[in-house]
Amino acid sequence: MIDALGTPQSLLLLGGTSDIALAIADAYVVKAPLRVVLAARPSPRREQAADALRGRGARVEVLDLDAREPHTHAGVVAAAATGGDIDVAVVAYGILGDNESAWTDVEHAVELAEVNYVGPVATGVALAAQIRRQGHGVVVALSSVAGERPRRSNFVYGSTKAGFDAFYTGLGEALREHGGRVVVVRPGFVRSKMTEGLPAAPLAVTPDQVADRVVEAVASGAEQVWVPSTMRAVMAGLRHLPRPVFRRLPI
Amino acid sequence: MTELGSLSGWGRTAPSTATVVAARDVEDVVTAVTAAGARDDGRGVVARGLGRSYGDAAQNAGGHVLDMTTLARIHSVDGEAGTVDVDAGVSLDTLIRTLLPFGLWIPVLPGTRQVTVGGAIAADVHGKNHHVAGSFGRHVRTLDLVTADGSVRRLGPQGPDADLFWATVGGMGLTGVIVRATVSLLPVETAYFVVDTERADDIDDLMSRLSANDDAYPYSVAWFDSIATGPRMGRAVLTRGRSAVLDDLPPRRRARPLHFDAPRLGTVPSGLPPGLLNRVTARAFNELWFRKAPRLRRGEVQNITTFFHPLDIVAHWNRLYGPHGFCQYQFVVPFGAEAVFRRAVALIAESGHLSCLNVLKRFGAEDPGPLSFPTAGWTLAVDLPVRPGLDRLFAALDALVVDAGGRVYLAKDSRLPAAALARMYPRLDQFRAVRAAVDPHDVFRSDLARRLGL
Repeated sequence: MIDALGTPQSLLLLGGTSDIALAIADAYVVKAPLRVVLAARPSPRREQAADALRGRGARVEVLDLDAREPHTHAGVVAAAATGGDIDVAVVAYGILGDNESAWTDVEHAVELAEVNYVGPVATGVALAAQIRRQGHGVVVALSSVAGERPRRSNFVYGSTKAGFDAFYTGLGEALREHGGRVVVVRPGFVRSKMTEGLPAAPLAVTPDQVADRVVEAVASGAEQVWVPSTMRAVMAGLRHLPRPVFRRLPI
Repeated sequence: MTELGSLSGWGRTAPSTATVVAARDVEDVVTAVTAAGARDDGRGVVARGLGRSYGDAAQNAGGHVLDMTTLARIHSVDGEAGTVDVDAGVSLDTLIRTLLPFGLWIPVLPGTRQVTVGGAIAADVHGKNHHVAGSFGRHVRTLDLVTADGSVRRLGPQGPDADLFWATVGGMGLTGVIVRATVSLLPVETAYFVVDTERADDIDDLMSRLSANDDAYPYSVAWFDSIATGPRMGRAVLTRGRSAVLDDLPPRRRARPLHFDAPRLGTVPSGLPPGLLNRVTARAFNELWFRKAPRLRRGEVQNITTFFHPLDIVAHWNRLYGPHGFCQYQFVVPFGAEAVFRRAVALIAESGHLSCLNVLKRFGAEDPGPLSFPTAGWTLAVDLPVRPGLDRLFAALDALVVDAGGRVYLAKDSRLPAAALARMYPRLDQFRAVRAAVDPHDVFRSDLARRLGL
């Protein structure tokens, strides 16, 4: 159960090797005894993450998750729930891709669409079923400001996140009467393994900063957060710029 | 009648959704309990009264919750034996209104009348007279419990089922559903109290005054300032009294000595913003509450609401804490741990977290229920609105309380880590053994039970 102060007893990370997901686990594990389920593709990185969390006192379980096998996601969520209720689930997997090949190469385009949108929809349906069963629970959906307005330099990724964002925003509404809540998180540029080698954009944040905002949002009952919070105003402005102006911006 | 409902406790934190079933008779309860057992989905069922537990004791995410307030008949009053036979959903408010005209009084009253008899037993509530009368469970002669197998069992404090009786007293609804009880009553001549009020300058002064002559008063409680630090830390107002006899009343009240005054001045609206309780308002309230009390006044005649239940004057006062809700932290530490007690008051005062409703009292001897809260010692309760960092204050308080051999009150709790529970309740295993025997498949479940691994 999540206690009165917003501290969960169990955490399911879908995309359990994501820097942001692991930063969220780190933020919770210092607060109270925690059961963490890492769902991700098998990899040395997943084992390292599990060991690191165990070292901090968490009870860790590991499950295989393939984003591109959406029909298996319900089984993964069910397996995670055999050890008890899932208090907080973080949907963290995704790929940035290469925009130029993504809009010219159908394989890469479909990969982005499947990993960033189709997979999360299947995951969301599975999580929703679990929340309806258990009568409580919070889903943290890691969206992106890139979904708020597509820009030339990464519109394929942006389009997948736009769909992702809309799905989870709506899922939050649907789960209200069942005791569930969805927190849609819209970070700007995050310095993580996903963006390694890319020049940092203005207002760039670290995974730890995203995690702190997530912890805050889970506790406060927020349903939508931007990281950094100034990004909300920035995006509100950008969304309404006329196209000829928007396309000239160096972003 | 069933419907999906979002439930939370009086602190309005951590709501969860359950199927709410109205219990109109014992048969409804048996049906719901049997059905919960048959579903076998691990979600179970729990009884809920008037929802005055502060935390998650009477909510059951994904399962069923029995609304007991519709099972509310007063079956009979036995003036000779001094007992009343009631359904579990009867509120103490209703009971007082019914019994006072007969000159009968409920022997243990908590800080609000808006609790059911079933809830009072399940939380084993205590009142201002704990140091002489013990908690509510001591005054229960029999109780009818619907257990997991669907049978209705009449239990008493002695005899073959005494273990189950005492596990049910303070058992937070996890042994079964209490549907009916017989409770002992006290005779009273009036509906008034003779009250002595005095102020204490600091926490040491307060504790020494309470130690000196508390037993001379059947009813005793202190409000203390939880914000003042330094030499005024723990300054307090003591109100102690006894039930008034006819001769105590002023002439104008003697005509209707058993008249029950229950003024209700209004209802706090919903949708208030956070932050109404802030540094300025909380400090002002604490200052005012201290100053409005006389330095010393003896023999004042007060009515029930003023003396017992000042909070009942305003409905939904919990909304004042804003949308994020609040936590009540109530703990007891044994006599001898006065230094720990002082340290806890200092921690709260220096934390920057603000409380207005701060209650302090000396408890009498421990009650028999294994999960019953009161033990001989000092108890303190503060109401703190949920704000970032509150978890750290509570963790620090937990550590102090556990080290001193104390405990927190489960009816008030909404955040205790499971690991701390066994250290606070040394007879937890005894409770678990009774529960395992009477409910082996965990038909009775609540969010509190899940959170604490009960």
